[in-house]
Amino acid sequence: MAGTTVSRARRPAGPVRRQLPASPWLFAAPGLLIIGTFVLYPFVSTLVNAFTDRRTLVPGRFVGLANFRELLNDDMFWTGLRNSTLYVLGVVPALVVLPLLLALLVQKNIPGITFFRSAFYTPVVASIVVVGLIWVWLLDERGLVNSLLETVGIGRVGFLSDQWLLLLSAMAVTVWKGLGYYMIIYLAALASVPRELHEAAAVDGAGAVRRFLTVTVPAVRSTMVLVGALSSVAAFKVFSEVYLMAGPSGGPAGEDTTLVMLVQRTGTGLTGRVGYASALSVVVFAVTVVLMLLVLRADRREEP
Amino acid sequence: MSVLRKAPPAPRPAAPRGPRVTDEHGRRVRVGELALRYLLLLGVLALTVGPFLWQLSTSLKGPTEDIFSSPPTFLPKDPTLGNYTRVADTIPVWDYALNSLKVAVANVVTNCAGAALAGYALARLRYRGRRAATLAFILAMLVPVEGIIIAQFTTMRELGLNNTLVGVVLPGSVSALNVLLMRNAFLNLPYEIEEAAYIDGANVWQRFLRIAVPSVKGTLAVVAIFAFMGAWDDFLWPLIVLSDPSRFTLTIGLNYLHGTFANDERLVAAGTIIAVAPLIALFACLQRYFFRGVGEGAVKG
Repeated sequence: MAGTTVSRARRPAGPVRRQLPASPWLFAAPGLLIIGTFVLYPFVSTLVNAFTDRRTLVPGRFVGLANFRELLNDDMFWTGLRNSTLYVLGVVPALVVLPLLLALLVQKNIPGITFFRSAFYTPVVASIVVVGLIWVWLLDERGLVNSLLETVGIGRVGFLSDQWLLLLSAMAVTVWKGLGYYMIIYLAALASVPRELHEAAAVDGAGAVRRFLTVTVPAVRSTMVLVGALSSVAAFKVFSEVYLMAGPSGGPAGEDTTLVMLVQRTGTGLTGRVGYASALSVVVFAVTVVLMLLVLRADRREEP
Repeated sequence: MSVLRKAPPAPRPAAPRGPRVTDEHGRRVRVGELALRYLLLLGVLALTVGPFLWQLSTSLKGPTEDIFSSPPTFLPKDPTLGNYTRVADTIPVWDYALNSLKVAVANVVTNCAGAALAGYALARLRYRGRRAATLAFILAMLVPVEGIIIAQFTTMRELGLNNTLVGVVLPGSVSALNVLLMRNAFLNLPYEIEEAAYIDGANVWQRFLRIAVPSVKGTLAVVAIFAFMGAWDDFLWPLIVLSDPSRFTLTIGLNYLHGTFANDERLVAAGTIIAVAPLIALFACLQRYFFRGVGEGAVKG
């Protein structure tokens, strides 16, 4: 593709002469400057800082693997790693399956369906802060969910006071906010599933569940892998939901702290331990890369 | 309910229309299926939109009304806007909204301009180092923001821009994903139209501004909308870079409100409605581009 475009651009007799030699770089310069200064340079400096004892106001010096050794003995690191991993395990299956079912529900063009599609997308549009605060109020000890639970006779549940219930609630909020986004991705994939396959299966007497498993799922499998990859990387980097619902210190005794919350807590402010936070960030990178590779490998293995 | 009642007569006109209605059974089954579908749709609707409506309802309940009642009262008995004036007395919520607006508009302008320029350079112009430039943007797209925020923060301090709105905007002001989206849009344009302009003597800037950019308006709209939404909704980065309460954006202000007045549910509810209303309005007007952006962003991401 790139090869053909180059040769075609060459076709006019002398484009170079009328295109001032500096101008291509003028076009690319603002973008390159921004990503160079605020993405690529910080990426490299994170890798470098991870091996120093740099602080916000102190330049720091090279300390070898000291940060990583400290990490292994830091209970908070293990708590954060555990919570972020649990988050992936809890959120990803739900975000791979539920939006697909939702997409099937809104796929048929029945009257009013565009309204429903848009309505289901609303949580995606809202800021995570708004979403977090809405659910903090809904799940409050005296909030709507508990009022309803009490009305039907189950009694009140301390969603936001128990360590595990808190984490589960935050996961539910992540799923709730992500449903509409992945639903749209699945809708695009479903549109390309040939109808004949469904009809043939129906003629063979396959029920709805059977057709879902034998026709729909194989047809959208690559999309499921894509959703799995996107949602697992996002879930591992969870910050806002837990920060808002459990508070900046991460719930009871900090037991709900996630890895990115720990990065934020350790590395910012005037006393921030930039070096140590960078080492934590390196772990975030590494796990993110591993998750991507795992999901992509799962895809390849299922290939016939 | 009215939607449900509409369901029974629907199959008859739907049958000839329906290349999409694949059900081959009799009419009776289809009515049942339709009813079930609408029932499920209404259930999901209650789950997805209900929480927003409950928040709106809470924000409109006066100080004397019991907001903790069980069973709950869904509609405010005596709706009042008092909580909205109260939230403005508690935190400078309109200043925060203005800060958010400034950040979001700046983000739209820089992303549209920067991504269109760089995308055009990657797709259309010929120079040494084009491959390297493309690779730089691809690498930048793959770097998870959460992993570099600390380094971004120290970089911002070195530039003396921490605790400013400029500092909030800069790191995302030209996102690599947007550059690559624009590059793809330009690659999909036929060469012939630009060649014609070239033969007519148009220089590269004229071809870019008069021919290429007007042809990718759709993608540009997607970039603009997602830049606005991203900046308006962002939380982690402004939380790190802003420390002076007078410079807060809405999301950081809401977090502050929640942290300080957590027990005043009506106040927090009013604040969240102020923050979410503009985006829901924007979404209602421009849904098409929101959905299109999901497709394009997901394919790249």
